[in-house]
Amino acid sequence: MIDDALLVGFGAATVRVATPLLLAALGETLSERGGMLNLGVEGAMLAGALGAAVGAAQGSAMAGVGLALLAGLAAAMVLVLVSVWGRADQIIAGTAVTLGAVGITGLIAQRVFGSAGAGLELATLEPVAIPFLGAIPGLGPILFRQSVLTYVAYLLVPLLWWVLFRTRFGLELRAAGESPLSARAAGVPVRWRRSAGTLLGGALAGLGGASLVLAQVGTFTEKMTSGRGFIAIAIVVLGRWHPGGVALAALLFGGATALQFLAQASGRGAVPWQFLLALPYLLALLALATAVGRARAPDGLARHDLEER
Amino acid sequence: MTTIVAPRRAALPDLATTLGAFALGVLLLLLFLALAGFDPGAGLTALWRGAFGSRYAFLSATLVPAAPLLLLGLAFALGARAGALNIGMEGQFAMGAIGATWIGLGVGGWPAAVAVPAVLLGGLVAGACWMVVPVVLRLRFGVTEVISTLLLNFVAEAAVSWAVTGPLQEASGSYPQSDPIALSARLPRLLPPDRVHLGFLIALAVAGALWLILARHRHGFIWRAVGASPRAATVTGRLPVERITATVLLMSGALAGLGGAIEVSGVSTALYQNLSPGYGFTAIAVALLGRLHPAGIVVAAILFGALQAGAGAMQRDAGIPAVAVQVVQAVVILAMLLATRRRA
Repeated sequence: MIDDALLVGFGAATVRVATPLLLAALGETLSERGGMLNLGVEGAMLAGALGAAVGAAQGSAMAGVGLALLAGLAAAMVLVLVSVWGRADQIIAGTAVTLGAVGITGLIAQRVFGSAGAGLELATLEPVAIPFLGAIPGLGPILFRQSVLTYVAYLLVPLLWWVLFRTRFGLELRAAGESPLSARAAGVPVRWRRSAGTLLGGALAGLGGASLVLAQVGTFTEKMTSGRGFIAIAIVVLGRWHPGGVALAALLFGGATALQFLAQASGRGAVPWQFLLALPYLLALLALATAVGRARAPDGLARHDLEER
Repeated sequence: MTTIVAPRRAALPDLATTLGAFALGVLLLLLFLALAGFDPGAGLTALWRGAFGSRYAFLSATLVPAAPLLLLGLAFALGARAGALNIGMEGQFAMGAIGATWIGLGVGGWPAAVAVPAVLLGGLVAGACWMVVPVVLRLRFGVTEVISTLLLNFVAEAAVSWAVTGPLQEASGSYPQSDPIALSARLPRLLPPDRVHLGFLIALAVAGALWLILARHRHGFIWRAVGASPRAATVTGRLPVERITATVLLMSGALAGLGGAIEVSGVSTALYQNLSPGYGFTAIAVALLGRLHPAGIVVAAILFGALQAGAGAMQRDAGIPAVAVQVVQAVVILAMLLATRRRA
């Protein structure tokens, strides 16, 4: 019998696990709205994770957050230089960014933490209960006793909606993604907008990596993001390139991942645990199959700024 | 969507680009090593010694990973030439390894002349089957194969983990690995005691066959036409573009699966977790470095095989994590993209 405490634990784990996915997916939303399909988001997350670990090892979790933002930004910068300004294929270049990030983070982690790993000396972000809201039975512990980065993610959802749909920058970004040639004709600096969207997206992916390290895992290991960035790409599709939809989709994937904890806690072995491991990725495939027909990607996605459809 | 440009014909400047991009990659790796506080000189020495420093290094270290890299590089190039990007070779490789192991465990009584082809066929079929999902997703639901193949990598990883702790686990049940496959199912070594095995020649033969098809056969011409401009190919009304894409993707998956099979049959002789140190992604660099041309890919596969071999030596001798060589892959990919992009 699954009791209430277990269910609340599952809910809280869902939100906790969804946070890195949500942050990265919000970043990818900005990137894709500007026409950049950033497969380097996985690498930006990983860079952010290492940045967070290195910063936090100095004793301050906030230093970790700052370093994570910069690391994610740096990873996205490579893609911007090569694909926006160098006009190289986005998909392959993004894959290369992820590969390079795996190499460089592995190298730096070995240097900074040695073979012992980063586990022991990290300052982590503990859950903070929001007064009043955190006391609501059931929902309180699930939604409002989380790390500060989860609250940042909550706030980013309406903020990004506002930026995308209510500001001139958002309009120009979407124009650069939908129809770069028309946008250019209308005087929008397409490459600059694409660069901005992708760089902001990279920084958010870095923040996602930070929440993975500081609020979830508590250490850095080689390749620790294990495909979360790619899942974030599926989340963006399922969320129809809309911050609100992306938030719901991220929760769905958080839940699918948190099932592993629920299964461990309830101690049942009805399905092999590897199936639960594969579940988020299978869910992502299912999501793509059901979502793509209904939702429409930005028309200029993964195209060069001068390429006609 | 894809703007990787294949060369019209292999020419000398292409070789210069290829070697230049690889040298740039190694150079930047050394720079990063220095920046991270490692000794780049020791790293380079170990890299060289592990890759080309002796007969053993070349024949037992470099050419061994070169074989799967060649097959996977061809798998990627085949797709890319026809306008489909298979980023899921890591997964197809793993499924090929599962298929090959499953057959290899059951062919104990068969002569090698039957057992070895059966094992390789197992890998081919398993790799192609793993590609069925992305093909269906692309043709029926419009899901790009880039994301679907990528996601399936992680599913395949879980599948291997399940196989070696479940149905294919060794009889004694102590470790997450399979029993060794039958002796008759193993690929013979070419120059014993050196470890380079028949799989390398098989990969070379596949490269030759692919070159013939792409350059000389009607099918190859059609594939390239579809890759050059899917829209133009569609509006001619005479080319079944969807069927061609499906065929090419399935063949690409099959080649990657074959890569997994030769690794099991020629090197590991059993199924393990993490059998591939990222061959599926290295192969993208191999294919681009070879400019999507089978002959170029042979050269690139040997270079990256050397890098793989050198990485091991670097970790042993200089304490530099082997994963660092992925920097070279990233730089090579980016440099080749920039060097061969379509002009505006």
